[in-house]
Amino acid sequence: MARIAGIDLPKNKRGEIGLTYIYGIGRSTAQYILDKAEIDHSKKVHEWNDAEQAAIRNIITNEFKVEGQLRSEVQMSIKRLLDIACYRGLRHRKGLPVRGQRTRTNSRTRKGKRKTVAGKKKAPKK
Amino acid sequence: MARSIKKGPYVDVKLETKVLDINEGKNKKSVIKTWSRRSTITPDFVGHTFAVHNGNKFIPVYVTEFMVGHKLGEFAPTRNFKGHAGTKK
Repeated sequence: MARIAGIDLPKNKRGEIGLTYIYGIGRSTAQYILDKAEIDHSKKVHEWNDAEQAAIRNIITNEFKVEGQLRSEVQMSIKRLLDIACYRGLRHRKGLPVRGQRTRTNSRTRKGKRKTVAGKKKAPKK
Repeated sequence: MARSIKKGPYVDVKLETKVLDINEGKNKKSVIKTWSRRSTITPDFVGHTFAVHNGNKFIPVYVTEFMVGHKLGEFAPTRNFKGHAGTKK
């Protein structure tokens, strides 16, 4: 159905939500786009007519960086940090949290699944 | 919270005068030894080598233009984790 920025949008969702399937567009950006195109937020994606779709497409291409372009920009920024070997770059390299979070516990999103160390003593129970 | 733009980037005055001296040719030192990890790297710093203290020793940092806007301390790690005892690679 509606194909915007190289992504098929889900037909049966409200426009506000449907637009967030595009990488780089969240709720508030979606609302902004719909306001600007003068489309009701709760209008379903498959109810958009061609003119409305064109308007949305126009706004996105003119004002926002989405999908591949945005992804590559993010990658470039990370690569810059890696290349200059600053603290944030080193943390990216090691796959640890970058913004000063604790690593004694948690931070599993960055560190991945727990790697159990054999022979490590458990904390003694009192 | 980020620093107010009104104030401009923070650079230790002593370090800044040293860098400017070298740029103007008054001083011919090539490596600037500094403890001022908190100083922001300004475009004047590009091309110099700084010996940045990490609490133990001085780490040589060659400043390129991509580093502008970062602090000197970001390039001299204070912790050097070599892995746990007994973990084989």
